[in-house]
Amino acid sequence: MSANIEKSSAGVMGWIDARFPLTKLLEEHVTKYYAPKNFNFWYYFGALAMLVLVIQIVTGIFLTMNYKPDGALAFSSVEYIMRDVNFGWLIRYMHSTGASMFFVVVYLHMFRALMYGSYKKPRELLWVFGMLIYVALMAEAFMGYLLPWGQMSYWGAQVIISLFGAIPFGIGDALTLWLKGDYIVSDATLNRFFALHVIAVPLVLLFLVVAHIMALHEVGSNNPDGIDIKANKNAAGIPKDGIPFHPYYTVKDFMGAIVFLIVFFAIVFFAPEMGGYFLEHANFVPADPLKTPEHIAPVWYFTPFYAILRAVPDKLGGVMAMGGAILVLFFLPWIDRNPIRSIRYRSLAYKVLLFTFVIAFIILGYLGMQVPTPVGTLVARICSLAYFGFFVGLYLVSKYESTKPLPERVTL
Amino acid sequence: MIASNRHRPTRQHAREQRRGALRVMPVPRTVSDNKQSRVLVMAAALLLAGCALLYVSASKAAGSAVPLETPLIDQSNDKSLQRGAKAFVNHCMSCHTAGYQRYSRMAQDLGLSEDDVKNNLIFTTDDAGEPTKFGALMTNAMTVDYGKQAFGVAPPNLALTARSRGIDWIYTYLKSYYIDPDRAGTGVNNLVYPGTAMPHVLWDQQGWQTPVYGEESHGSKPITGLELESPGALSPDQYDDLIADITNFMAYMSDPIKETRHRVGMLVMLFLFGLLAIAYALKKEYWKDVT
Repeated sequence: MSANIEKSSAGVMGWIDARFPLTKLLEEHVTKYYAPKNFNFWYYFGALAMLVLVIQIVTGIFLTMNYKPDGALAFSSVEYIMRDVNFGWLIRYMHSTGASMFFVVVYLHMFRALMYGSYKKPRELLWVFGMLIYVALMAEAFMGYLLPWGQMSYWGAQVIISLFGAIPFGIGDALTLWLKGDYIVSDATLNRFFALHVIAVPLVLLFLVVAHIMALHEVGSNNPDGIDIKANKNAAGIPKDGIPFHPYYTVKDFMGAIVFLIVFFAIVFFAPEMGGYFLEHANFVPADPLKTPEHIAPVWYFTPFYAILRAVPDKLGGVMAMGGAILVLFFLPWIDRNPIRSIRYRSLAYKVLLFTFVIAFIILGYLGMQVPTPVGTLVARICSLAYFGFFVGLYLVSKYESTKPLPERVTL
Repeated sequence: MIASNRHRPTRQHAREQRRGALRVMPVPRTVSDNKQSRVLVMAAALLLAGCALLYVSASKAAGSAVPLETPLIDQSNDKSLQRGAKAFVNHCMSCHTAGYQRYSRMAQDLGLSEDDVKNNLIFTTDDAGEPTKFGALMTNAMTVDYGKQAFGVAPPNLALTARSRGIDWIYTYLKSYYIDPDRAGTGVNNLVYPGTAMPHVLWDQQGWQTPVYGEESHGSKPITGLELESPGALSPDQYDDLIADITNFMAYMSDPIKETRHRVGMLVMLFLFGLLAIAYALKKEYWKDVT
């Protein structure tokens, strides 16, 4: 580091470095950030989440230039963007597809963390920041979904906000009134959701993403073997199994980003509605407070939790189960008591638990989109039990399972 | 930086590592672990199988509504779209609006000139009493209040119906009107949308249909089909062509950029695949020394 003072006196970079730690930041986070060399397919999704965040912010800025947050104008202003604004359709479809793809990427990213134990010591805070990002993202998506002011926007918001009404002692009713700014979802609600969607939540998201990355770079990346690469360093103090993020992972993630963009733009250009999953059919009808749609379902990324909500017969109980399903994830680092991180070296019992959890989550997601039937509710109850059972099972299994020996160095 | 040797693997693992287990070695599990695992596997498998079974039986139990017919439409057929536009402005736009779509955009996409549209497709006047401008939205003359008085509900904007209801729904809906004396206002009902407030606007083209009833069950006779009682100006086949053209036009209007979107999409895909080849080569080159 002391050599840098000499170097920093020369050139443009030197001029900047004397005033701002540019080189220091670049080295710390990019050129001399040593990441394990054995990252596999699952390690693309962190970088991809950042890419989608940028897509959402940029397209969002252009959308606000023509969007009108007004109960009488919102729906037609979206159609105006789609028809009369130059490439407005592209911007809008990128934003709507980006919302869904954000969740695809984030769910895969979270699944990676589950598989390879990336939430375990010393990465507990990293995981908690990630969970906060996930919650902020859900708030962002929920508020954004109201803005097109279609029937599903309107009634989805109505249903979700009414959930807060389940809170007893008169708090619930006061809270829903406060959230809506009116007795029903109305122009007032649309205006505040717009403000929260374009300013408040994105600011929180950006702050959390920075915190997430800072925490990651402080403790270093986990890897598919779940072993610590810093345990094996060479004479220069560089992990033997580490490679600098740049250029190795910048070129690799660049390749991954192109593959992602191929999928992303295939949806944008050829199937922007994604068969009604990304843009629901009923949302092409303007919001009508007097006409409840036959079937109200949230967008796919909320449906697993919606199914848990409906699986509980009592409204307050359902809301608590739904909240609990998200809250319990925060405590994963302390629920899983096994110091072995990666699924590769854990017991079959753990693998079965995780597999069951993922399947239950997917089935719940499917059921949350369907009209409730007695059989569907029964299946949803079984899967809800499987969902929570994962955490109970994990707490018990992780203490006593027999694991396989860890390798000394990472395996490629 | 947090010291990493604080959470070393357990002593047993350390011992096994010292024995030289550099790579993953299949290690015989203990008996109790096997038993526990087997129970868990069985439980998980049972859970999944049970859920799958329940689905199948549930989806069978769910009854189906009127089966929808799929029209043979071609979005690139300008002639069909032009015929559809003509029928749409003549029949539908007396009551319905299509107020997200512009006449000028329609002309551009359907290969019509400004004069074609002005002389044949614009029947309304604007607020100043002048014929509606070429660049204006395709709105109608009927006010919302009048619509509510006449039909009990204001006729909906049709510009996006093909996206909200689907083309099959529109096509089958236009085919499924039948005489129903119980419907006081219009005298007709619809199989696809029972109790619809809309009269059978195309009656002079299609003629009148009456329902064919099936066997009585639970005190009512289900309608199994419709038959033409008195023919209209068109034969059934010609009528199907007409409503297919209208459906085609409504599909175009709901998503006017579709053709362009697909064309631009192909170029974007080509570019991205080309870029992927370069990105892949770049990655391979840089990663040569990682072993």
